[in-house]
Amino acid sequence: MTDVTTWTAARTAESIASGEVSAVEVTQAHLDRIAAVDGKVHAYLHVDTEGALASAAAVDARRGSGETLGPIAGVPLALKDVLVQQGIPTTCGSRILEGWRPPYDATVVSKLKSAGVVILGKTNMDEFAMGSSTENSAFGPTRNPWSLDRVPGGSGGGSAAAVSGYLAPLAIGTDTGGSIRQPAAVTGSVGVKPTYGGVSRYGLVAFSSSLDQVGPCARTVLDAALLHEVIAGHDPMDSTSVDVPVPPVVAAARMLDVRGLRVGVVTELDGEGYQAGVRQRFAEAVELLSSLGAEVVEVSCPSFSYALPAYYLIAPSEASSNLARFDGMRFGLRVGDDGAHSAEEVMALTRAAGFGAEVKRRIMLGTYALSSGYYDAYYGQAQKVRTLITRDFAAAFAQVDVLISPTTPTTAFPIGERADDPMAMYLADLCTIPSNLAGNTAMSIPCGLAPEDGLPVGLQIMAPTFADDRLYRVGGTLEAAYVDRWGHPLLEEAPAL
Amino acid sequence: MASITRAEVSHLARLARLALTDDELDRYAGQLDVILASVATVSEIAADDIPPTSHSVPLTNVFRPDELTPCLTAEAALSQAPAAEDSRFRVPRMLDEEA
Repeated sequence: MTDVTTWTAARTAESIASGEVSAVEVTQAHLDRIAAVDGKVHAYLHVDTEGALASAAAVDARRGSGETLGPIAGVPLALKDVLVQQGIPTTCGSRILEGWRPPYDATVVSKLKSAGVVILGKTNMDEFAMGSSTENSAFGPTRNPWSLDRVPGGSGGGSAAAVSGYLAPLAIGTDTGGSIRQPAAVTGSVGVKPTYGGVSRYGLVAFSSSLDQVGPCARTVLDAALLHEVIAGHDPMDSTSVDVPVPPVVAAARMLDVRGLRVGVVTELDGEGYQAGVRQRFAEAVELLSSLGAEVVEVSCPSFSYALPAYYLIAPSEASSNLARFDGMRFGLRVGDDGAHSAEEVMALTRAAGFGAEVKRRIMLGTYALSSGYYDAYYGQAQKVRTLITRDFAAAFAQVDVLISPTTPTTAFPIGERADDPMAMYLADLCTIPSNLAGNTAMSIPCGLAPEDGLPVGLQIMAPTFADDRLYRVGGTLEAAYVDRWGHPLLEEAPAL
Repeated sequence: MASITRAEVSHLARLARLALTDDELDRYAGQLDVILASVATVSEIAADDIPPTSHSVPLTNVFRPDELTPCLTAEAALSQAPAAEDSRFRVPRMLDEEA
């Protein structure tokens, strides 16, 4: 038998449905690989061996009884540790939730279970999704499968490393400022931030509620689309989920045609501060799109230069409020409950002991930005920037169907390089943040290796709200053209673990 | 905009219920100053005629029928509590005896 861990989700599901391989065999192969190599990568925080094998056996039994299986039934998946799964430890990469076992399933988890997806375990992340390198996890960093001394991006570095390291064909991520797309870019995988409101957030531990969105991570555009269709859709349990039809992303991923599509290159997301190899691969992607029949023009979005400062006011402000729930009273860690300390003192001791440095930094930044006397100058002004960025997108999408840019200004940086410099770390999300602020949808696909360091470069595609299918049309077409050009998918060039 | 002082950081930590050490207060005072100086560029935009956007979905009020639906049992909700007593969360004293 060939190594099933190298298969796409689409091929895996077909092979299970046809009986070529059983879901249990596929799951066991992934569990074996995790046991063999995840010590080097540290993509997973928790592996649910028993639960995964039981779900796989249930899929095999359903097939045995003649039931028609769904499009990704039996396919293993890695779940970012910020979504709750009943009875399975959920930490958000934080000591404050160490040992906590959620009493219910997130809607996304319920949907995955109904679709017969096999959840292998929970993936590592920057604490409460705050970071761009997964170095802020309380449980140690995840390493980039392309180069073990480099970061896998963040906050969803565990999910991206699981997918690119063949430790799962599919993963779930969350994207508040780029936490799906930036890790996808630096690990040579595919990541999608669906339109805000497109995927339920019930059971997602909130970081920044006006920005957070759940989305798919995969090795191919079609696989991402298959997962996207399973998790998307209106949920009455999430009052910010929108009751509109799920965009036809799977059909779009199979179109393989961009002729006549209007593509805008964002002037402001390129140039000074971008690594030479990133700029080179991006320029080639622009040429490739033209040669495939797309109409490429340059588009200016002048307010994008204010996106990063606006984000680092809005996200910490919302985080300072959302993370108030971690008070040591109802769940998670409690420190100092010795009869001598008041409830308020216990809260302060618990939070000081349970939160890491970046989380504390952002809570204080948010507390400052929301405090009386500073609110208008910081938070209020950031919300106006948000209006301007939304207007820039609206004007751009009046001229073009999709926008493109590099996903990140640089390739994966060495572990430790930016750990003590918060502002340098924040720059990793320069290109991804505008779509979080405006709520529109965006994707990252691999577009080659930077010549100077041999590490993956990501191309970002952005589309209007609830036009997620356009991402898959462009991404799928480009991916096929790249495979033609390279003779194989980019990930096949990654060193063996 | 004024730069942030160590005393202000200490006040913020108290508001945020974070019992920080002196070392942490020193470190955060420096870092928050750098971050705030950088994000303060949002004040450059002329904003008089621009409405704020709080979030991107065009929803205001979302209603549902006022019907009972299943929810967690008290036992399930308390199963992860740091301390529970008599089917309730047990918490430290809330009120200080000192005036």
